[in-house]
Amino acid sequence: MRVSCRRVLMGCAAVLSACCLAATAQAWEPSKPVQFYVPAGTGGGADQMARTIQAIVAKHNLMKQPIVVQNKGGGAGAEAFLEVKEKKGDAHLLLITLSSLFTTPLATGVPFRWSDITPVKMLALDEFVLWVNTESPWKSVAELVAAGKTQKLRMGGTGSRQEDHIITVAIGKATGAQFTYVPYKGGGEVAVQLVGGHIDTSVNNPIEAVSHWKAGKVRPLCVFDSKPMPYPEKITDTMSWADIPTCKSQGLDVEYLMLRGIFMPAGVTQEQVRYYIDLLDKVRATPEWKELMAQGAFNQTALEGAEFRAWLEREEERHRQLMAEAGFLAK
Amino acid sequence: MPQFAGGGRGIGQTTVEVVLALLFMTVGGLAVSEGLRLGNGWGFDGPEAGYFPFWVGILLIVASGATLVQAIRRHDSGRLFVSWPRLLLVSRVLGPAIVYSAGIFVVGIYAASAALVLWFMRGIGGFPLRQAVPVAAALVTVTFLVFEIWFLVPLPKGPVEHALGF
Amino acid sequence: MSELLALFHGFSIALEPTNLALMVAGIVLGVLIGVLPGLGGANGVAILLPLTFTLEPVSAIILLSCIYWGALFGGAITSILFNIPGEPWSVATTFDGYPMAQNGRAAEALTAAFTSSFIGAFVAILVITFVSPLVAGFALRFGPAEFFAVMFLAFASFIGLSSGSPFKTMASMMVGFLLAGVGLDTVTGELRGTFGSTELMRGFNFLVVVIGLFGISEILQSVEEGLTFRGREGRIDLKAVLRTWAEMIRHKAIIVRSALIGCWMGITPAGATPASFMSYGVARRLSRHGHEFGKGRIEGVIAPETAAHAAGTSALLPMLTLGIPGSPTAAVLLGGLIMWGLQPGPMLFVEQKDFVWGLIASMYLGNVVGLLIVLVAVPWFAAILRVPFPIIAAIIFVVCAIGAYTVNNAAFDIVLMLIFGVLGYVMKKLDYPLAPLVLALVLGDRTEQSFRQALLLSEGSFTIFFSNALVASIMLFGFVMLFWPVLSKLWARKEPSPA
Repeated sequence: MRVSCRRVLMGCAAVLSACCLAATAQAWEPSKPVQFYVPAGTGGGADQMARTIQAIVAKHNLMKQPIVVQNKGGGAGAEAFLEVKEKKGDAHLLLITLSSLFTTPLATGVPFRWSDITPVKMLALDEFVLWVNTESPWKSVAELVAAGKTQKLRMGGTGSRQEDHIITVAIGKATGAQFTYVPYKGGGEVAVQLVGGHIDTSVNNPIEAVSHWKAGKVRPLCVFDSKPMPYPEKITDTMSWADIPTCKSQGLDVEYLMLRGIFMPAGVTQEQVRYYIDLLDKVRATPEWKELMAQGAFNQTALEGAEFRAWLEREEERHRQLMAEAGFLAK
Repeated sequence: MPQFAGGGRGIGQTTVEVVLALLFMTVGGLAVSEGLRLGNGWGFDGPEAGYFPFWVGILLIVASGATLVQAIRRHDSGRLFVSWPRLLLVSRVLGPAIVYSAGIFVVGIYAASAALVLWFMRGIGGFPLRQAVPVAAALVTVTFLVFEIWFLVPLPKGPVEHALGF
Repeated sequence: MSELLALFHGFSIALEPTNLALMVAGIVLGVLIGVLPGLGGANGVAILLPLTFTLEPVSAIILLSCIYWGALFGGAITSILFNIPGEPWSVATTFDGYPMAQNGRAAEALTAAFTSSFIGAFVAILVITFVSPLVAGFALRFGPAEFFAVMFLAFASFIGLSSGSPFKTMASMMVGFLLAGVGLDTVTGELRGTFGSTELMRGFNFLVVVIGLFGISEILQSVEEGLTFRGREGRIDLKAVLRTWAEMIRHKAIIVRSALIGCWMGITPAGATPASFMSYGVARRLSRHGHEFGKGRIEGVIAPETAAHAAGTSALLPMLTLGIPGSPTAAVLLGGLIMWGLQPGPMLFVEQKDFVWGLIASMYLGNVVGLLIVLVAVPWFAAILRVPFPIIAAIIFVVCAIGAYTVNNAAFDIVLMLIFGVLGYVMKKLDYPLAPLVLALVLGDRTEQSFRQALLLSEGSFTIFFSNALVASIMLFGFVMLFWPVLSKLWARKEPSPA
């Protein structure tokens, strides 16, 4: 009798667990580790952000399955984009993007558009700041521009035909200043080259230059955003991120922000997208995330759904225009 | 040198020299054409993107051309690159390796690795299956634990793993 | 004096039981990671980085840096036993380390490699501890022209070393340059040499090529010579350690020179790879037994290992003080620092004393603990060669395939590895030297890039390569190295031999 009792119990348990399964099946969740592609090498801004997300998800137990970060930086990210494009319907694959989402296809002619994949959420926008060496005579945008009209200024930046290069060309167009653009492999390297006086100016992201600024080696001139950065804590003795004026207010009418957003392959369900949006919202609410945002002085605009799509549409067109003007489009 | 050993019949040294030199010259040719496409000039502020591929390609063609001429001139036709029996030995390892790398695309790296170990131990080493099977199983298990579970490095998987939910 | 006080405070942090346990765990894990080529260095640290978030930053960095030590030690093992360098800076170690193992001296080669890397790293830590304020700014003086000069020096000290047909040497090197150039051109942002293929877009990774050229080709050659590995009959015991140390004392000049080259390369930060090649080249140029290099000279293991680890360690200095990583691993550690809320840069030493000195103290301890662990294990490592060939060959194939795959997460790279394996086998049998190919592959891209960057800065003028004392002296030294064979002959003529 005992045996049959046990059987009955086990049967009940099986029914119960089946019920549970049915219940969870309503809200989709990942059933295996989620791959997180980074279209750049290890150590860069996108990589850092991806690994922070991975760590936050693990630390706060936000998801049952782990996130696995993978770097696929071949061809300025083209490799990652093409692979995500191919993996239609794979709901266990995320992609973090940066401006190369637009610039790489345009510059290299790789058959890819952002609309080939599913936008999930914009996490933040990365700011660009115009820097000069503290020992240089230029104290303002106007002085730098004036200098650029009599001599060729050496501008260092990350990569070629990418965001730094585009901004450089845009500054030249807007002011008539002359630049020689020198591409380097990474933003940290550019900041050091500026401190070492090998280049005259750079448009480093805040996080790449902040420690040199703290040490008094570089001077920010303006930020390429429509309003000053909302971080009032003092970084140096006298200045905070919020004290850096916008470039527009300094007579340099150029705006540029870099996308940090999350995408999925095409052909995933609404429900699956919803799951990741919720997950990312939870990530954004953690103190670790807020700390990262403050450290990098990020613009915390976060969009999703139709708004995000509209933003992407607009930005792609803007990049096409900027790059066409600069002659960066693939032939 | 052992080139002479093993029967005296096989692929001649000269033949392989010529084939490799021609291969390198083709690669050089490709580089030159790519250099021309990208622009092989010297701009006012340094070389263009195609400058180095172009000249490196030319140098490769020249160097391989010289090797080619030397190889044909030397004409020591008796010298063997590899004898048939030895080539057979090599192919007994290289063949499975080729099948292995192709198999990874089909059945994933775990199943392919197990098969490779079994083949090497059974087919080449002559170990009995009761030794080969545990070694193969152990290798696959350890690899799976180290990469998929501890370090979270996903390796290529096939239908077997997918059926198990990975 | 303040450094010493701070350092002792650092030791007290590093010697906390948890941290000490983490240190040992890190070393053991690191050695395992170093042995598996796919998990080497940067990869291993990157993978573990998120796991460290539950630890205190200082404990986390101790764990990670000990993994890094372990991986450095572990990388030498595969280079010496199987001719498979897991990292670019282990390539030069294979040149003499593998022949030593084949001659039955695997234990000596391993001991020499471990001890040299220990000494190299130790010298570098001393430099970091005591003279960091003096040298921290040195990296700032390095612009593109200086980087090109360093690359030139690395090539110059290496070129002309291989015997055999100069045409084959040239062809080999050119193939290396071409492979290095495939992928995205940093300077113009164009794709080069990909011929429309997505697979080629990521370029030819060093590891994929070298695993094939060195490792797979070696298996093929062993098979042809009768399905065995040579060198299995060597004596293996702990006495080998003492024997090797006695031998190493005679080469102290090489050790000192290599450590200095390494520290210099690490601080600039040109990195461990040029350091190891340069150090090997210089040791061979200056040695009376130069022609025996490549056949299993112990100096050929000591020189690159000392320099590589001096460089790898001192590369942490520019990372901490300037935020520029001197190696891929340092780049990942840099990301970790930022995630922990520690901003690397000139202020780190001021604002985060506990962290910095805890790290430095853990470097001393980690290095010592690491050496002890690996030395004790030398006989075991060397005994791997006694595993029957069919088993070990199959395992090497599997491990190499995993290694090639994990570099870019691309199964196509496994096919490439095999192709390079066959190419390496053919090239070796036809007496093509492989070292120039690998040198050009590893350094080619950066050399071209810094050359073009420098000319962009100078608007096309070559004077930039001689524009200041620093760059001019490196270039001059490079020319001396390049024409060394000629110069040394002239020198010899001035002082006629007594005969």
